[in-house]
Amino acid sequence: MAHDASAHRDEHGHDHKPHGFVNRWLYATNHKDIGTMYLVMALVMFFVGGLMAMVIRGELMYPGLQLVEPEFFNQMTTMHALVMIFGAVMPAFVGLANWMVPMMIGAPDMALPRMNNWSFWIMPFAFTVLLLPLALKVFFGIGAGGPAGGWTLYPPLSLQGGDSVAFTIFAVHMMGISSIMGAINIIATILNMRAPGMDLLKMPVFVWAWLITAFLLIAVMPVLAGAVTMLLTDKFFGTTFFSASGGGDPVMFQHIFWFFGHPEVYIMILPAFGVVSEIIPTFARKPLFGYKAMVYAIASIAFLSFIVWAHHMFTVGIPLGGELFFMYATMLIAVPTGIKVFNWVFTMWRGSMTFETPMLFALGFVIMFTIGGFSGLMLAIVPADFQYHDTYFVVAHFHYVLVTGAVFSIMAATYYWLPKWSGRMYNETLGKWHFWLSTVFVNLLFFPQHFLGLAGMPRRIPDYNVAFADWNLVSSIGGFGFGLSQLIFAYIVWDCVRNQSLAKAADRVWEGARGLEWTLPSPAPYHSFATPPVIEDRMLAHADVAH
Amino acid sequence: MGQSESHDPNLYYVPHGSRWPIVASLALFTTMLGAALSLNHSAGGGVLLVLGVLALVGMLFGWFGDVIRESIHGFYNRQVDISFRMGMIWFIFSEVMFFAAFFGALFYARMFSVPWLGGDGDGVLTHEYLWQGYSAAWPTNGPLKVGGAFETIGAWGLPFLNTLLLLSSGVTVTIAHHALRAGARGRLLVYLGATVLLGAAFLYFQATEYYYAYHELGLTLGSGIYGSTFFMLTGFHGLHVTLGTVMLIVIWARCAKGHFSRDQHFGFEAVAWYWHFVDVVWLGLFLFVYIL
Ligand code: HEM
Ligand SMILES: [Cu+2]
Repeated sequence: MAHDASAHRDEHGHDHKPHGFVNRWLYATNHKDIGTMYLVMALVMFFVGGLMAMVIRGELMYPGLQLVEPEFFNQMTTMHALVMIFGAVMPAFVGLANWMVPMMIGAPDMALPRMNNWSFWIMPFAFTVLLLPLALKVFFGIGAGGPAGGWTLYPPLSLQGGDSVAFTIFAVHMMGISSIMGAINIIATILNMRAPGMDLLKMPVFVWAWLITAFLLIAVMPVLAGAVTMLLTDKFFGTTFFSASGGGDPVMFQHIFWFFGHPEVYIMILPAFGVVSEIIPTFARKPLFGYKAMVYAIASIAFLSFIVWAHHMFTVGIPLGGELFFMYATMLIAVPTGIKVFNWVFTMWRGSMTFETPMLFALGFVIMFTIGGFSGLMLAIVPADFQYHDTYFVVAHFHYVLVTGAVFSIMAATYYWLPKWSGRMYNETLGKWHFWLSTVFVNLLFFPQHFLGLAGMPRRIPDYNVAFADWNLVSSIGGFGFGLSQLIFAYIVWDCVRNQSLAKAADRVWEGARGLEWTLPSPAPYHSFATPPVIEDRMLAHADVAH
Repeated sequence: MGQSESHDPNLYYVPHGSRWPIVASLALFTTMLGAALSLNHSAGGGVLLVLGVLALVGMLFGWFGDVIRESIHGFYNRQVDISFRMGMIWFIFSEVMFFAAFFGALFYARMFSVPWLGGDGDGVLTHEYLWQGYSAAWPTNGPLKVGGAFETIGAWGLPFLNTLLLLSSGVTVTIAHHALRAGARGRLLVYLGATVLLGAAFLYFQATEYYYAYHELGLTLGSGIYGSTFFMLTGFHGLHVTLGTVMLIVIWARCAKGHFSRDQHFGFEAVAWYWHFVDVVWLGLFLFVYIL
């Protein structure tokens, strides 16, 4: 292609949107278009994964087996987690990074726009590969369905999964390639594309959070790739990495997996910290309390996340010294995490607060993420974890940090920046309904799971002792309510993008908002900045800290 | 915006759309789907796999071809150059972490799982009830002697020769780089060519070693944990050397065509960095897989 004339024309015409579907979306290089594609895909996957959750809660509504076969139930728990983690939460944050990072640092686009497009387009294909065995089974009755050994893919169980194993492993490889390229792009953008005057310590916290998250991604996604490659060769090529008969060890997989897995959970929460650190100052109309401490806290959480992995394996039989080391290291994470929570609270202290939908979700985040952090601390205590491990208490823990944490922050970010993206205000009344319904139902859904877990209900089972019946019914009702409430969200977004009669958004959508993105018109122009913008400190939220 | 020259250093550069990313995604999809299907012995898997790999190779030529053309036309400014450099550095870092997973498996097996199977530390009962009579040693193919008796490859034969080959290839590629910077095109081609030959020789000896292991020593991928770690580590390394050699050949051809200038030759440098990375991984392998 690129014979000189056409290349030149494109080179000069990049303020115009490319014409036609193929040029705009398939050959995309624009960070906003690619960000939109990521976000749309994440929303679709959120509902696909949500549907699986509904099947899980449907089966668990009453003791006994009524809705699905146990084998299918296990496929649902496995696929629900894989779809939500790799298909919904991670792509949603990458989509937010794509949209916002260039605007926040005064860049025209991502550093490597074509690779950006490749990172995105791998994802729909990766999920085709992942979902194929399950879809064939559900829609056509072909084969045995998807993987059922849990998202953690522990051998030997995961290797007994029949035809779906190879599909799952190759899908994970594709997601890994996509994540690594996406992360490289974000790092290059932040380190290389900042406008003059945007010093590192003047960057928005969201940008900082993503810089560190991207580093985590590049460091651990290849390790996951290595782990699943060993699974593949163990199953198909006769290696014995995870088989004691040949001198290997199934527990070795758990070590490699969680060396990836624990940083992975921080990959899903650090950008959320960034989002909340943007929103709270805006609606408290005060600068963020302790900006530098916030940045250093993120960095130390990232560092610690590499040395705590075995807290997922306390009961598997590791030497006592190991148990102690990983217990104390894990508890250490509570310190920087606590710093963040306190700083959000101090930011609000004596602020002139208003409670628009983004702020509601951010506040919900602070309170409910902290609940998840506390249950995490309980789990970090080795002797206690011997009781809690593999019970619903763990399920409650990670859903507080991931749903009311990561997912709530994604909702908050969407409401916060949607007017900037579409140029129109979303329906605030419906937004508040969405928040309150979600919050009530999500607590109905997950809080009782703490009780169930402490009482001894194991996770990943389709049937249970009648003693657990009441709280499971409550939890299921909460689950259906939460699931249905998300339809409101989909409607609000659709409405805000399509409905011409909605009020036009101001450039500075929220009166208390600071940062370069608010100096651009709403909707933001196709290419944010053509030349490096002249940055004055008063435009920035954190300009004074660096001096 | 967009009115002035795109290579104006004061202007941001944004490349135009390209068909290669979507082609690349389709090619990767075909490859992965083909691989999964053929492992499951499903019809058409092999064909898809071959088509996918061919498409990937074609895509790389097309995509890099575009980039090279645009670079020669001077569209890229200093900022783009730095983005490319950062991209390559972080890509290499991700590769390092990929190898780290396999080195981790090797260390874990040698320091923990094998001694435990032999009754060490917490492994007393496992040894007593499951694997009685197994005494821990390295190399090993485990208590069940998976894959049957085997011998290992000594460090000071072919592996040592290969170490010398790779180390000297690191030197020749550096000399070539200096030659490029000095504008000595003849010297550049000779030393870059020598690097290619050294890489190819390495691969030849590696293949010989594998052949010998399979046919004379009984050492295979299926020889328990020793065979698993040995072949996966050296195999992935060999794959990277192959890739690096192909990259070097491409760069040699580009140098022969007169590409690259004395102070602008990122393509050359990226390949040289990659080559050094492959070199360093080999030193780790030589130490931990062959010597120790
Ligand atoms: C104060 C911080 C945290 C601590 C001390 C902590 C501690 C723990 C511990 C000890 C476990 C293992 C429980 C067991 O299996 O017995 C666990 C599980 C888990 N945590 Fe956390 N955690 C923290 C924060 C987070 C965050 C921020 C996330 C994600 C955003 C997260 C996601 C998860 C997930 C997904 C699991 C379960 C994985 C599985 O087995 O499937 N945690 N946590
Ligand atoms: Cu963890």
